[in-house]
Order: sequence, then structure tokens, then C-alpha cells
Amino acid sequence: MGGTEGEDGAVSAVGAPLLEVRRVSKRFPGVRALHEVDCVLGAGEILAVLGENGAGKSTLMKILAGVQSADSGKLFLDGAVVEMDSVQAALSHGIALIHQELNLANNLDVGANIFLGREPARMGWIDSRAIRREAQRYLDLVGLAVDPGTIVGDLTVGRQQMVEIAKALSVDARVLIMDEPTSSLSAREAEQLFKVIKGLRARGVSVIYISHRLGEVKELADRVVVLRDGENAGELLREEITHERMVKMMVGRDLTHFYSHEPRAAGDVLLEARRLRTPVHPGHEISLQIRAGEVVGLAGLVGAGRTELLATLFGVTPAVGGIVEVDGQEVVMKNPIDAIRVGVALIPEDRKQQGLLLEMAVSENLSMASLKRDRRGYGFLNREREREICGEMIDKLKIKTPSARQTARFLSGGNQQKVVLGKWLALEPRVLLMDEPTRGIDVGAKQEIYALVEELAREGVGILFVSSEMEEVLGMSDRVLVMHEGELRGELLREELSERAVMDLATGGTATDAA
Amino acid sequence: MKKILGILGLLVFIYLATWLFSDLLTGRDSFLKGYTQMNLLRRTSLFAIISIGVAFVIISGGIDLSIGSVICLIGVGFPWLLSTFDWPAWVALPVVLVVGGVIGIWHGFLVTKVRLQPFVVTLCGLLIYRGLTRGITADQKQGFGTGDHDGLKWLASGELLHLPVPFWILLIVAVAAGVFLNRTIYGRYLLAVGNNEEAAKLSGIDTGRVVMVAYVICSFLAGLGGVLFVLDQGSAQPTSMGNFYELYAIAAAVLGGCSLRGGQGTIVGVVIGAAVMQVLRQSIILIDWISPNIEFAFIGMVILAGVTADEIVRRVAARRRLAS
Repeated sequence: MGGTEGEDGAVSAVGAPLLEVRRVSKRFPGVRALHEVDCVLGAGEILAVLGENGAGKSTLMKILAGVQSADSGKLFLDGAVVEMDSVQAALSHGIALIHQELNLANNLDVGANIFLGREPARMGWIDSRAIRREAQRYLDLVGLAVDPGTIVGDLTVGRQQMVEIAKALSVDARVLIMDEPTSSLSAREAEQLFKVIKGLRARGVSVIYISHRLGEVKELADRVVVLRDGENAGELLREEITHERMVKMMVGRDLTHFYSHEPRAAGDVLLEARRLRTPVHPGHEISLQIRAGEVVGLAGLVGAGRTELLATLFGVTPAVGGIVEVDGQEVVMKNPIDAIRVGVALIPEDRKQQGLLLEMAVSENLSMASLKRDRRGYGFLNREREREICGEMIDKLKIKTPSARQTARFLSGGNQQKVVLGKWLALEPRVLLMDEPTRGIDVGAKQEIYALVEELAREGVGILFVSSEMEEVLGMSDRVLVMHEGELRGELLREELSERAVMDLATGGTATDAA
Repeated sequence: MKKILGILGLLVFIYLATWLFSDLLTGRDSFLKGYTQMNLLRRTSLFAIISIGVAFVIISGGIDLSIGSVICLIGVGFPWLLSTFDWPAWVALPVVLVVGGVIGIWHGFLVTKVRLQPFVVTLCGLLIYRGLTRGITADQKQGFGTGDHDGLKWLASGELLHLPVPFWILLIVAVAAGVFLNRTIYGRYLLAVGNNEEAAKLSGIDTGRVVMVAYVICSFLAGLGGVLFVLDQGSAQPTSMGNFYELYAIAAAVLGGCSLRGGQGTIVGVVIGAAVMQVLRQSIILIDWISPNIEFAFIGMVILAGVTADEIVRRVAARRRLAS
């Protein structure tokens, strides 16, 4: 190896296998989740496991962590066969899985969470002194400067993640499996996490890292294993890791035009905010314009006020000052109904909590926003029109579902996101606000969503999208607005766009500093 | 659909079991005889009407514990207005029904605007309306006195086309409720709000108004139920009128497939659920070895067994579905 990561004492994996997966297969009725998958993990190695949604990553991780058991194949730890038939068994072998949705008790403090279920006790009473002392030790290990008595719910997601890692370390984990750990972290928190992960590697802990963000995989991974359709699709060593190679392995074909940006002439101003003040950051006045056929990126760190700005533009949290104009007419947006009336739509950040009716049918989700427009007299449903719209959207967005009557919960993340999009496209919005439209969905679905955004822009829709993925911001936008702590810090035209320029503004610099 | 078949199966099972133990094994003719069956149908209809009401609130994601007390207020207040103040029935009837609706608006206001929890709002309602009724009537039993109210009483105890009149009233209520829930955008909105209020709001639905409508329907139907119950019984005691009826109604709704998490439920299921409750009560009366003293325990255990079986079936189905 002898790569560039020398400062952290990176150890080459090959040669000292800690964990070995041999010909592991797993079937569910009707689907082959894993087929004779091989995988090796060295001591003190950071291994990234990549693949589209449904490629088998999660199943493999669940098998390693004892959540599910394999149908066939063997697991070796230090060269000896091991059975991972329960989470307890996996933990006793030192394998811990940190779920994407963290498993912390938000109402308890940090120390209690770290020792949940195995509290040190004296004569049957919880020894809170010991908890404090021991918790502090593990918090120091991950470099988290919070008091063990802090309630976990009061911490940021990034810090909660650190608590999870501290918890894993407290059971002497030798293998840490992390499933999309950065999906809800700010850039700064992610940086801190990477530092901790590299620190763990230096101490000989192995990390299996799952992420859809190829940039961070490139930064972190010693090796990449790619799964496709439940089989090994290939492997890349540190010096071989490039964006193109990873994508190609994942989808099994070249993606020549990942972002298909074509220059367009922007049309009339559709939406304009003047001196707008959101209730979350009332001290800052925000002015912006969205023109027809324009894709505007809204960049910034997590907590910069981007989501809050979209919420105000959509009437969810009404403005405390300033005005919004659509087509030159002032619009008072007191709730989403006001925004929808003038053709503004919002794809929210959290599709399960805010976007979907999970227990309702795909068709009912798709028609939810347009029901009212299409209703018959006296509020009766227009079922024919509803069927038409659903068919149209399922075709147009290539939503993979067994039928329109399928419950939305059972769709994959990418297809769920397409359903949320379809709900609004059925209403033919003129301004589309999108908050992290590709979070947690696989590469294929991402590309389809990018293509769709392009198509909408060509049709004259004005699009304002928030994204924490730099590549996406750079690839999709005609223009980027950058926010920093509630303030609109600057604007970058496509020709001025660079990662550095965006980051400078996002961290509080100015456009001129960047130039 | 599957859910309705499940609850229908339970109804048939309990019906046949009651027939077996009360008639077949004892050689009597008490359950299947016309009078019993007519009575069963009448009581099922009365309880189904209030169960449909609470089903709307449960589908919206809320709960209404005040139904029994609303039945008491309306059921006692109606004859009180007729006999004490000599109001004509054609004035008193619309007035008490409107009072039911207004109670619903009040609940809806507290839940959607003041943002109190439905459980708390309607628990207080349960206490307030009963106390109010006992206060204004000085705890005196209210009847229809000597006045000629045969026409009114026909609504509850009469027959039309050889079936109890309340059955026809239920039919109208159930069809209207079913059309509202399944064929109008408002019904769809109600399911959406119960399923995920935030997503519904972000889809442009006026969620507050939808929830409000659910409470109005619930209290209005409880009021209608109160009128029919008192007409059926001839008089009403402020202390006992409608006691525990909210629990019968909620149990029927839950048995009928309404999830207390909201967003799910069918009118047909709720009606069948109400029927299950009434057949169970009938079986306690007719089957010798079930002591009337354990009525609540018996009903509780049968419902628990029913929903447990349902949950297990659903989990197995979900597992199969996830795996495929």
C-alpha cells in the first residue's frame, strides 16, 4: 500500500485477515439477496462496501452482526469458523453494527446510553459514579467533549453518532460496521467522524463503511468491495479508487453523463423573495430570485438555515418579515395551501416523515396533492383521473412497483422518493423546492432524478434545491446560493463554481476571498 | 378486504357458538327465536351508529372517550326538554342533535387549535357532560311522561319492512359514512391525516379542518345514538345512561379494523365489530354457564383474543411480503 495516509499509520489489510466471509448466500422467498459472496477484512483496515440499494450490502452487514443468519457459507474470525447466530454472539466476538438510524434512548444521558443493558451495579443499585468514570474514558477516545450526564436528545446528530461509537468501543469492538454514518451530519461533523475513524484504524480497529457518498469513500477507504445484485462485482485497492470506477462497478455500465447539464436560457422571474426573514433566523434578510427554467442550488453546512428557508418559501413556517412574489404578485404564505395555489411545491427533506403516507397505496400517495384540483362536484373523488395520473407518473418516473396499489412502505428509497416527486409533478408546479432530493438513494435512482430535474427545467419549471453533496451541487446547478448561519452569504454562477468557492462561502468567507 | 373477512369470520364463529351453547345443546329455542334476533339487530344497529362516529375520530389519529357522556346528556336532555318544558318534539329533536354537533366542534377546536391531546380533551368531556346532566336534572330519571310520543318511539322500537327501524337508520348512516370515507376527497384526506399528519399538511391539506370534521361526526352520531337509546328504553337515568358506551364503541371500531395509530379503518368492518359486541352480550344472557357477573371480563377476553389473532396473521403476512 504505502499510500498517502501514512500520518495515521494505515496498515495494509492484505496478509492479516481478521474477518473472512466465504461463499455466503442468503435467499428470501422469491429473491436472492446474496449469492456466494466473498469478503475479507484486515485488522486495522477501513473497508468500504458499495452497491446500489438492493445489492445486498445491508443483508451482508446484518449477517456479520448476527441480526440475520446466512443460508450457506462460512464466517472466519482470526482464521477460525464462527457462528453469528445472534447480536449477542457477534458482540462477544467484537463485531458491532451502528445503524443508519441511531439506536439511542434520547431521554437518557450519555453515560446511561453507553452502558444501556449492562450497567455497572453495586448490590443491585446502578453505580452511577462508575458509569460516569467509564463513559468519560470512552468519550475521550472518540474525542467527544460533552459531559456524560448530558441528555442524548439534546446533542446534535453528529455528536449522537460519536456516542454510538463510544458505546461500540465500550464493548471492545474490533470490527465496527457503520451504515451511512454521514447521511445526516454536517460537513464539519463528518470531518470529525473521519478523524475518529482514522484514529480507530491506528488503534487496530477495523471498520466496514457503507456510504452512497463516493467522495468520502475516496477519502477514507483502504479498499473498496462492490456488490451488485447480491454478488461480488469487484474490488478496488486504495490507489485504484476513482469515482468513475466505483460507479461503473456498482451499476455495471459506464455512466458517461452522470450529470447531464445543458446550458439553458433562463426565462422570466417566477419567484422572488425580498428581505425575507424566517422565524428561525429572524436577524437575517434574504433576497433571491428563481427564474423559469433555472436550476438553483442552495448550499451550506447543516444548520445554515437552508431547510428553514424552503419551509418559509412553502408557507410551512410563515415569514416574520419581507415579501414573496410569484409572477410579480405578492403572495402571503401562511400555510402550504397558499404556496400550492400559486404553483410552488416542496419535496421535503425526510421522505418518510414528511413526504409519504407510508401505509397508503402508491396511487393514493401520487394523487394526494392533485385530488382537490381533479375532484368532481361536492368533493367526490375523480377515480378515473386518479388512475390516469398514477399510470402517467409511474411511467414517466419509472417507479418500480408491482402495482399502483402497493403500500408505499414496501418500495425502495429511490422509488419512494420518485413517488413524492410524482405527487407534485401531477400538479404541474411552476416552482419546485427540493430539500436533499437524493439523500439515501442509490446511484441509479439518483441519476434518474438528475435527468428529471433537467427535463423539468427545460419545460420551464424553476427549481431551488438544497443539497449537502458537493458533487450534486456542482453538477446540477445553473447557479448556487450559499448560506452560512442563517445568512445568504453569496451567489456563484456556473462558471465561478468550484468546491473551494462554495466551501469558502459556506464556512463564512466571501466570494472575493475564494476568487 | 382481508380484514373484513377476518372480522366477519369472528362474527359467524361467535354467532354459531352462541346458537350451539344456548339452543342446540340445551334443546331450547331462545337464541334463534324471532324476538331475540330482532332485539339483537336493533341493539347492534344502535351501537353501530355510535361506533361509526368514533371510527372517524380513530381514523384521524385521535380518540373520543366522551361518547357515553354525550349519549347521557342528549339522551336525558331530550325527554327533559319534552316533559319539563313541554317543547314539541320537532323543536327539541333538531336542537339536541345540534348540541351534539356543537360538542364535536368544541372538541375539534381544543384538539386542533389549542393543541390539547384528544385523550385529555375527551376524558374531561366524559366527566363534564355527565356531571352537567346530573346537575340540570337534579339526578332525576327523565321519561316521556304522559305525552303522546308513539311516533317518536317508532324510530327506536318500531319496525319497517319487518326489520327494526334503527336498522334502516344505521343503513342510511353507514352508506353515507362509507361514501364519505371512500368516495370523497375529504375521506381520503381523513385517512391521510391519520396516516401521517405532517406529510398530509405538506401536501396542501387543511389538516385542522379534517380533524374537526371527524370530531363533529363523532359527537353528532353519539347525540343521535342518545336520542335513539332513550326512545328505545323509554326513560333514562342521569347516573347510568350511556355508561361504558364509549368503550363498546371503541372496541367495535378496533375489532372492525381501525388502528388506534390512525389512518386505517372501514365502515363495514366497524358495523360487523359492533355486531360482534352485541352477539357476545347476548350470549352471556342466554348461555347458562357464563355468569352475567363476568360480562366485562368475558367480552374483554374475546376481543383480546380476536385482535391478537389478527396481529399474528398480519405479522406473518408482512414477513412474507418483506421477504419476497
